[in-house]
Parts: sequence; structure tokens; C-alpha cells
Amino acid sequence: MGVIGEAWTWLTSGANWSGDGGAAHRLGEHLYVSGVALAVACAIALPLALYLGHIGRGGALAVNISNVGRAIPVFAVLALFMLTPLRNSGYWPTIIALVLFAMPPLLTNAYVGMREVDRSVVEAARGMGMSGGQLFVRVELPLAYPMIMTGLRSAAVQVVATASIAAMVGLGGLGRIITAGFNTYDTAQVFAGAILVAALALLVEGVLVALDRVLSPLRRRRTA
Amino acid sequence: MAAGNCLATNDWICGEYLRSRSQELTDATVQHIGITVVSVLIGLAVAFPLALLARRGRGFAGPVLGLTTILYTVPSLAMFSLLLPLFGLSAALVVTGLVLYSLTILVRNILAGLEAVPAEAKEAARGMGYGPGRLLWEVELPLALPALMAGLRIATVSTVALTTVGSLVGKGGLGNLIEDALPSFFKAQVLAASVLCVLLAVTADLLLLGLQRLLTPWTRIRAASGDKGTGAGGADGSGGPGGATEGSGGSGGPAGIPAPAKVEAG
Repeated sequence: MGVIGEAWTWLTSGANWSGDGGAAHRLGEHLYVSGVALAVACAIALPLALYLGHIGRGGALAVNISNVGRAIPVFAVLALFMLTPLRNSGYWPTIIALVLFAMPPLLTNAYVGMREVDRSVVEAARGMGMSGGQLFVRVELPLAYPMIMTGLRSAAVQVVATASIAAMVGLGGLGRIITAGFNTYDTAQVFAGAILVAALALLVEGVLVALDRVLSPLRRRRTA
Repeated sequence: MAAGNCLATNDWICGEYLRSRSQELTDATVQHIGITVVSVLIGLAVAFPLALLARRGRGFAGPVLGLTTILYTVPSLAMFSLLLPLFGLSAALVVTGLVLYSLTILVRNILAGLEAVPAEAKEAARGMGYGPGRLLWEVELPLALPALMAGLRIATVSTVALTTVGSLVGKGGLGNLIEDALPSFFKAQVLAASVLCVLLAVTADLLLLGLQRLLTPWTRIRAASGDKGTGAGGADGSGGPGGATEGSGGSGGPAGIPAPAKVEAG
């Protein structure tokens, strides 16, 4: 209980939030790198996966890339980046690593979602005279939507987690509060930082779940 | 060849490093394997009863799947740090964190496997006088094995990769070597440890795939005879848990999609 109380004290004292290494600045860094990386990853992975799913090619690649992504340690990739000239380029090592780790879940889920669209529905749409583009926008995309959002959630959670590990190689983000606490043997600070990181991850997951419900193209049918 | 030169010039690949520090590399690898194996085994031992509990009904499935999903969402750095007051700087801390992570994938896959057992098979066994224990052990478990093994492979591969984060508390196996080498920009050590880590993950995956084939010879026969072996899990997003963990066929196809998925219904 002692640690929790001390961590609470840490979290509620304003001095820990202000300044260059303060929690507010670290949170800003964390959100900035996560947001940029997720946007870049979506911009690359989603069009590619949706197109491959639409034409029905490249399935082995799209599915296996997830397994490859899981086998590669985030920490190792970040450490390797820090040994290249990339380390002098501010937030870029973190952002590139985040993009790399966010793409597999996006690719795999979006591709599988597109391929799992009922073939008979696709045939029916074709029979009604829909063009490839119409089929994609009005049939395949709405039906693949749940899987695409699942991929987006996995990617977002992955990105927030990876951004915290960036602290272990000395890069910015909320994880720095934890590593700084370890360096000064300050268990309360470690615990407080961990609470912040965990809360952010759960918040991101929660927001995306809510967003998923609001945006779902099939929601009217569900409530009816 | 100019031995030792590559250490002085800090090359990425350095034979002299591998030779002179082989003991260090071996120790780190052994620690890495130890932590991974213990974590996955404990994870399996905890996940199995949880899956059985979740199967008893919606009232249990919701909390079990919800809790494991929340655990999976917590970033590894935070998870290890939150356990610090309980365990201190110990291997037990890393193992506990890794167990909690593996639960999500294992529980979901075991549950999906058990739920995909055909009702006829269970009816037949009951008709032959099988009790619930024998039914589980001799009928349901073997039929759920492909899904279970698919989950075990995902959990093991992720655990191998996540163990490196344990270097935060000095118990990260090969991750320790990476962490130690960073302040001095020791390229050969970071690269060697990283490559070894990926090799460990791939080897573990292949070993488990081999084990799965040994344990489930019937899936190959079924696949060969043209009948698609519905190993497990193909509960096509029907809202049920496990829609996201595809056992895809008997031939040990790559198993599905990262775990956190459709449990919000529960």
C-alpha cells in the first residue's frame, strides 16, 4: 500500500508534471510519436491491404507478416536504430519503429476482413451490375469494417506500448518516467509512470472501441 | 585475418566478438530460454482452468476474457513496473508479467478449440458412458489440440520477443546484452543478441509445429483426403469469443490475428 500512496503523491504533485522532463511533456511526446506513426502506418498499410484483398492476391504475405512482426523484439529494433545515424534525428527512430510494428496487424486484419466477405454476396453485387469500385465501397468495405477496426485497435495498442519501450534506449515518451525512476531507485516514480502508461493504453483502447461502435456502417441494422 | 580488429573498429559483424564472448552469449541465451519456457508453461497451466471456467457460461466467459484482454492492453514496460513493488528486481517479476500476457492468447485459443468440438463427437462419447473428465481428456482435448497448439505458438513467439524488455530489471536474457552494449555503441553485441533472439523465436515456433504434427497425426490424413481439417476457431466473427484466433487448417498454417479482438459483447 505504501508504494501506491507514494505513487499517488508523485502523480498529484504539480512539480512532477511541469518542465522539460515533466510528465506533461512526456505525455505530449508519447501522443505525438504514437499519432504520427499510426497515421503513417494506416496510410501505407490500409490501401495496400484493401487493394490486395479486393483483387485477392498476396494473401500469404499479408497473413504471415503478422507472425514475423511478433517474432521481432521491439527493444532490439530500437537499439539497432540507436546505433545508426538515425539516433541524431529526434523522434524519427521511434516513429519508424512504431510504423514497422503497427503495420502487421493493420495489414493482416484488413486483408483477412476483405477476403472473409461472403463470396455469394460479392457475386450477387456483381450480378446487379456493380463495378469494381462500387463493389469495393458499398459491399466489401462495410462488411470488412469490423476486422479493419480490430486491426486498427491492435495497431494502436501496439504503438502505445512500443512508444513506452523507446525510453529504454533513451528516446522520449512516457516510458522515460519509468526508466528515470529505475535509475534513481525511486519505486514510487516507477509505479506512477507505469500507471500513466497503462492508463493511456487502456484509454486508447476504450476510445477506439467507442469509435468503432459509433462509426460502424452496420449499426442501424443492429439496433433495428 | 586481423583478429580483434573488428572489435576496435566497432563493426556490425565481428567473429572475434562471438569467439571471445561466447560464454556471455550462452549464459544470456540460457536465461532467455529459461524465462520463456517457465513463463509459457505456467501460462498454459493457468490458462487451461480459466478456459474451462469461461466455457461454463456467459457469466464466467465475460469476466475471464475481459480481464485477460485488459492485461494484454497494458504495455510491457508498465506491466513489469507495476509488478516491481511485489517482486523486486527478480526473474519472478519478468516471468509473472510474461504469464499474464500469454493468458490472453492461450485462454482464447483453448476456448475456441473446445467450443469447436463437434456436438456429435461429444454425444457419441456420452452415449458410450464417458464421464465429464474422460470426455474432456480423451475426446475434447485431442480435438481442441490444433487450436491450443496454434495459441501456444503465438504465445511462445511473443514471449521470446517480450523477454528482452525484462532487461529493465536486469533479467531479460539476450535483452541484457543489448542494454549493456547501448551506452558504448557496441554494434556487434547488439546485432548478435538481436539476431539470436529472432532465431530463438523461429526455432521455438518450428519445434512447436513439429510437436503439433506429432500429437495430431489425424489432421494431416484429413487434409490429404481433401476434406478441409477444420482444426478450430473458424467461428466466423459470429460474436463468439475466438473469432479472432484462427486455427486455419491442419497443416499448421500461420495462426491468425493478434489477440485483442471481439470480446466487448461479453
